[in-house]
Amino acid sequence: MTLHAQTSPPPGLQLRGRSFMALVVTPEVPLAAWFADLDAQLRNAAGLFADRPVVVDLSRTAGEGREAVLILLDGLETRGLRIVGLEGADPSLLAGAHWERLPTQLHGRDVAEVRSPAPKPAPEASRLIDGPVRSGQSVVFETGDITVIGAVASGAEVIAGGSIHVYGALRGRAIAGVRLGAAARIFCGRMEAEMVGIERLYRTAENWGASLHGRPVQIRSDRGALRLSALD
Amino acid sequence: MSKVMVVTSGKGGVGKTTSTAALGAALAQAGQNVVLVDFDVGLRNLDLILGAERRVVFDLVNVVQGDAKLPQALIRDKRVESLYLLPASQTRDKDALTPEGVEGVIAELRERFDWIVCDSPAGIEKGATLAMRFADVAVVVANPEVSSVRDADRIIGMLDSKTLRAERGEPLEKHLLITRHDPARVARGEMMKVEDVLEILAIPLLGVVAESPDVLTASNLGCPVTLHNPASPAARAYLLAARKLLGEDAPVEQPVLKRGLMSRLFGRKAAA
Repeated sequence: MTLHAQTSPPPGLQLRGRSFMALVVTPEVPLAAWFADLDAQLRNAAGLFADRPVVVDLSRTAGEGREAVLILLDGLETRGLRIVGLEGADPSLLAGAHWERLPTQLHGRDVAEVRSPAPKPAPEASRLIDGPVRSGQSVVFETGDITVIGAVASGAEVIAGGSIHVYGALRGRAIAGVRLGAAARIFCGRMEAEMVGIERLYRTAENWGASLHGRPVQIRSDRGALRLSALD
Repeated sequence: MSKVMVVTSGKGGVGKTTSTAALGAALAQAGQNVVLVDFDVGLRNLDLILGAERRVVFDLVNVVQGDAKLPQALIRDKRVESLYLLPASQTRDKDALTPEGVEGVIAELRERFDWIVCDSPAGIEKGATLAMRFADVAVVVANPEVSSVRDADRIIGMLDSKTLRAERGEPLEKHLLITRHDPARVARGEMMKVEDVLEILAIPLLGVVAESPDVLTASNLGCPVTLHNPASPAARAYLLAARKLLGEDAPVEQPVLKRGLMSRLFGRKAAA
């Protein structure tokens, strides 16, 4: 039993190793232009430096003198970068400044260049169908308007979050306002539709008069009812 | 440069097989090397229309599955030397065809022929999609009536999305062939006008073939109408269509209503 007691590890300090990825930034002169680029980058991708340790490579800026380096480091800190180390500069350069205690001999190896995420493309506001919509095809675009340059065939359907514009003949179905609601409208160059709808209201072909057949028509939702009116 | 041409329609009974035989024979008569491939596995007809039904030994399914070599399955026409048939199997179903197998057969046919004319089955399922899959040119056959036109529109939509060319963003030549056109019924308003069909389908017109006993007779005799009675109006329409397919600037002749003295007097339908 005594032997066992001797081999168990003594209680005390527990240390574990862990590796993180730090971002290494290399400021360049002129500093004003470099900071302008950095600010632009931060506007596009605010999370780029969030919770990331940052190492500043001073190799290209140390030559500018102590004052410039201090301004540079303060500038980075005020932009929220968490500086954990420095490299590329003689430690004596920062003697006396509070940056002096930062390690200057960190070990690590470079990994692939970190690309800042590309700015997100603006969401598609409308969809253009540059031709006819054939029977059996279904065009669904829930976030905006749909414009069809050709005809919408019998047995085809077009469903839009906003309004629908059909420059040819509308022979199939058109449902508008899935997202926009009652404010959406349907326009067609020639009215031969099987069914039209806005939001939750719909009408089939037998419910509107033959007088509109073949004419350019607009369909809108007015106080809880669909109104079809000729545009010519 | 070989061309793969699919003859398709969506709807059944509009004249796909008759048109495949007539167009294929017309292209062969113009000196092209032509093979007609019947994709209607389980309901084959092309062999009958070509009068080759008693010469079928191996078929498309045998070749696709590797049970027979392509030359064993090809049947050479006895009237036009450069016309061949690759028949479909009557005893199997369309699941026996695979895209890879069909691609292999088409590639092999491309080496030997100028025109590979694929007779599509009706419908929009596997058989029809496989028949159009590798096409460079499509002939959409439609009758001048609403159901046929709507189905043709559906098929054009599939040609624009399901074919290899469409998936690669390459252009696919599409032509409209109107068959079983009856000028007398059009005049009475019982049948759609050619312009109305064109307006809906919006693809170039290859030809208008009138409903005629010549076509039926030719089919029953197992001889494409362009071979059986080249002077008939229907055969003329197919021969002109074949010239257009070959890139010539041939006209499209529309069937006209012939009215005799009696019908002019009494307004009755005359034999067209």
